[in-house]
Amino acid sequence: MTDTTSTSTGNTTPRTAPLLELRGIGKTFGNIRALNGINLRVDAGEVTCILGDNGAGKSTLIKIIAGLYGPTSGEYLVDGEPVDFSSPRQALDRGIATVYQDLAMVPLMPVWRNFFLGSELRRGVGPFRMLDVARMRRIADEELRKMGIDLPDIDAPVGNLSGGQRQVVAIARAVYFGARVLILDEPTAALGVKQSGVVLKYVSAAREAGLGVIFITHNPHHAYMVGDHFVVIKLGETELDQPRSELTLDDLTHHMAGGAELDALQHELERAKDPQVDPLHDAAGEGPDVQGL
Amino acid sequence: MSHVITPPAPSPGGSEKALRLGRRSVLRHFLTRPEVGSLVGAVIVFTVFFTIAEPFRSAGAFTNILYASSTIGIMAVGVALLMIGGEFDLSAGVAVISSGLAASMFAWYFSLNVWVGVLFALAVSLAIGFLNGWILVRTKLPSFLVTLSMFLMLQGLNIGITKLVIGTVSTRNISSMDGFDQARAVFASSFTIAGVEVRVTVLWWMVFAGLATWVLMRTKVGNWIYAVGGDQESARAVGVPVARVKIGLFMTVGFMAWFSGMHLLFMFNTVQSAEGVGNELLYIMAAVVGGCLLTGGYGTVIGAAIGAFIYGMTRQGIVLAGWDNNWVFFFVGAMLLLAVVVNGWVRTQANKR
Ligand SMILES: Nc1ncnc2c1ncn2[C@@H]1O[C@H](COP(=O)(O)OP(=O)(O)O)[C@@H](O)[C@H]1O
Ligand SMILES: [Mg+2]
Repeated sequence: MTDTTSTSTGNTTPRTAPLLELRGIGKTFGNIRALNGINLRVDAGEVTCILGDNGAGKSTLIKIIAGLYGPTSGEYLVDGEPVDFSSPRQALDRGIATVYQDLAMVPLMPVWRNFFLGSELRRGVGPFRMLDVARMRRIADEELRKMGIDLPDIDAPVGNLSGGQRQVVAIARAVYFGARVLILDEPTAALGVKQSGVVLKYVSAAREAGLGVIFITHNPHHAYMVGDHFVVIKLGETELDQPRSELTLDDLTHHMAGGAELDALQHELERAKDPQVDPLHDAAGEGPDVQGL
Repeated sequence: MSHVITPPAPSPGGSEKALRLGRRSVLRHFLTRPEVGSLVGAVIVFTVFFTIAEPFRSAGAFTNILYASSTIGIMAVGVALLMIGGEFDLSAGVAVISSGLAASMFAWYFSLNVWVGVLFALAVSLAIGFLNGWILVRTKLPSFLVTLSMFLMLQGLNIGITKLVIGTVSTRNISSMDGFDQARAVFASSFTIAGVEVRVTVLWWMVFAGLATWVLMRTKVGNWIYAVGGDQESARAVGVPVARVKIGLFMTVGFMAWFSGMHLLFMFNTVQSAEGVGNELLYIMAAVVGGCLLTGGYGTVIGAAIGAFIYGMTRQGIVLAGWDNNWVFFFVGAMLLLAVVVNGWVRTQANKR
């Protein structure tokens, strides 16, 4: 948008360019404004946590980073240079791998085929290049074992796995292909305490390995356990953007729970001792007797 | 690339055992194959006709069955791939005729070697396929509507253009033109194995089915075909070029339509412009009997070949048993219904643990 970018990166270079940078990113779907003026910076060896309510725009944001959507406005830079991904393939080629909230798996396909879908390993030459089935099966199996699940049948269709197992397969896949940036959209949502623990350990292992991690979650406790940097998004705009050093778990929980709005509500509740609240439904005398059912 | 991340020590055993799937036996594994239902069906149909119709038992009858199967089967290869990729093509039946007409009339009108017409027809067929796919991915309309429109338009064009160019509804006999004999050798000849005459289309059918199976099972593109048919959005999210795969599949159907059209032309020397209607449903029938899911993402080309074979056996078997030819469709329809029910049942049984 402004010409300052070229001078700051060209001459002075105050810090090394971040792995990923978003500047004033906006996204609209028809009339819906899903994101507006989002700035985000992801450095190597750091976990950036993105928090926010349902519908805040978190998934939309990571889909832009993953190359699934183009932003309507703003700039997206990788290693300091502007990019315009037209397909997730291009993001993957730059080492940016994503675990989508809906996991992006094909239920009827075997686990190992899903694992390598879009990034198939091949052997042979020319027109006879074909899938290296043995190697893909072995690697998929190994990577899944590392994550603590041991599927006896790597040929089972993904649709036959439990929600938690599917989640782990998706994470293992991203960990394997995410050479530089790992994006996880609510990865612990379908998991129990123990599997969540495994995921959190992976997030921190990825950071130790020097990757940039974007970790989206609803759970401030999970976020605070691994996060270096916290961004809270509300209705498509950044509400909070702070490093760990300037934030306590209580602050974060407070923000997540609605923060300022909760305070206002509390005030209101204290003022009106006998609040007049409209009944949620006009249950009386309308339509059939639903309560009887 | 994965080696950079040292995983935290996973904890084997304990509750992880609960995540294990039950081990499936080899038999069970075999029964989960999409084409099992059709294989059983083929054995039953064969046994029935073998028992009741004496002429069905000769080697000559068998090669006739193979020929009848191949005429549907070649198209079913393309249609099955497309169906696995999540779409279908209602224009495939008349597109075969369009191809034959294009080759015949182009060569005849300009008095060219028939091979020029053959290549022209290839371009036309691939263009029809491309157009189907391109309209589909651009408009995001269901393939039912896109290809139904294409079907009606081609049907009109087939008859309209033939009347304009030739003056009648069928093309002129091109058997005396340059290159005809060679083309007939490629598309419509026959050869003798162990004393019985086999049509060359049978051979081509096997070649196409084998090639398509290899692509489907052992190449990247095959993986992508299953993926776009199974879950298009997921496929896109992991970097599969969904639009290119779909367009490519429609063009594959176009290629098969070209081949089938060339067979018709060089088999009968002329092409009837109003024909082809209804055959698209037979191709779909063969694919579905063979275990392809109408909703995409599941099935095999081998299954579709078996489906076409069942059709060929029924068609010839009813004639050889001395029954009225019109019963063919009744039996094919009943078989389709049975196959869909059985395939569905086998699939749920196989997935039960
Ligand atoms: N493909 C889409 N088309 C139209 N609206 C969308 C689309 N994707 C997301 N939205 C809208 O954008 C907003 C943000 O959604 P999302 O990013 O999924 O939120 P979150 O992941 O934070 O729960 C929502 O109001 C949602 O309805
Ligand atoms: Mg979301």
